[in-house]
Amino acid sequence: MSNHKPADPSQYYAEFVKGIWKENPVFVQVLGMCPMLAVTNSAMNGLAMGCATTFVLVCSSLLVSSLRTFIPKQVRITTYIIIIATFVTMADYILKAAVPDIHKELGAFIQLIVVNCLILGRQEAFASRNTPVRAVCDAAGMAIGFTFALLCLGATREILGSGSIFGFSLFGPNYEPWVIMILPPGGFLMLGMILLFFNWLQQRKLRRRRIAGRGVTT
Amino acid sequence: MSGNLLWIFVSACLVNNFTLYYFLGLCPFFGVSGRLKTAFRLGLATIFVMVITSLCASFLNAFILPHARYLQLISFIVVIASTVQFVEMVIKKISPALFRALGIFLPLITTNCAILFLALTQVKQDYNVLEGLIFALGAGSGFTLALVLMAGLREEGELSSVPAVVKGTAINMILAGLLSLAFMGFAGLFAAG
Repeated sequence: MSNHKPADPSQYYAEFVKGIWKENPVFVQVLGMCPMLAVTNSAMNGLAMGCATTFVLVCSSLLVSSLRTFIPKQVRITTYIIIIATFVTMADYILKAAVPDIHKELGAFIQLIVVNCLILGRQEAFASRNTPVRAVCDAAGMAIGFTFALLCLGATREILGSGSIFGFSLFGPNYEPWVIMILPPGGFLMLGMILLFFNWLQQRKLRRRRIAGRGVTT
Repeated sequence: MSGNLLWIFVSACLVNNFTLYYFLGLCPFFGVSGRLKTAFRLGLATIFVMVITSLCASFLNAFILPHARYLQLISFIVVIASTVQFVEMVIKKISPALFRALGIFLPLITTNCAILFLALTQVKQDYNVLEGLIFALGAGSGFTLALVLMAGLREEGELSSVPAVVKGTAINMILAGLLSLAFMGFAGLFAAG
């Protein structure tokens, strides 16, 4: 990943797409779990959290990558944290003004975006070594992947736990809600199931490749 | 007064356990819970950082933040980062073996969301210095308890045959779910009493 590669649109596209599925921050890299589990008791909360994280990740990636030649190596982590904290404070105030209800429900978790290891990890691993355009592509992809994961988990838990999605009832009044799903243990169990599913997908792919490889040699 | 303090401690430690109820500090919870001994020591380091952070947060909140509320987040995170740096230096000096065992998770206490959450909650609940201290001790003990329990479960789990599909993070997640279910039993502790 050197900085001197020629600008090629398809490369930016690859940078953008990888975060959504192949290197999905939650399902594959298992990063940023704390906000992930805490706010996904409904789809709407998951979406709001995803938007806030997207804003912070993209803005701080842009700033860090533009400043990357000026930041001294020894204090880089502290610098990143302060940049991230600035954008999180902005996101917090914007949400408070725009959607007070959701802000109240998410509580301190908006402010806890500062310590989301996904964001700091992207600054350290990608934004500090790449041009601003590439960094923004990467950040946008990762953020959308994260939002997608939040939405998946939030929607599943809301459907099972309260029988509705985005607040609309799905199954009518006779549905007996599976309450444990919107309570904390449900978060762990559900994410465990999703990770299990991804393991299964990966193993199936490996097995198929092995079978295909054998078919070629014999 | 002392009843109130006891309530703060038990509530932070068991009923609203930071890790199993609020999902805070999950990275070390899954990362360091492989060995019982290391888990316990990381727990102690976290309690120490929490107590210092709580004191600093009380101080900042009383004297500095009334003049610039928007600096809350930034000032807290800077306090936490420097405390962790200090603890890192101390542990490196006192016990190099532990320093190597904890590895990357020692500096990562900075990004342990449990600690920032502690500082923010303390300010939000308007705890005074003493209450804040008890709150920090309770939360730290709760985190250590969860970490040690999880490490014990995982050490046992290594001896049993787990299907290949569930191995790794998936089985840990499910274990944590069961632990969390067990801790929900504490929710009735005060309603009944």
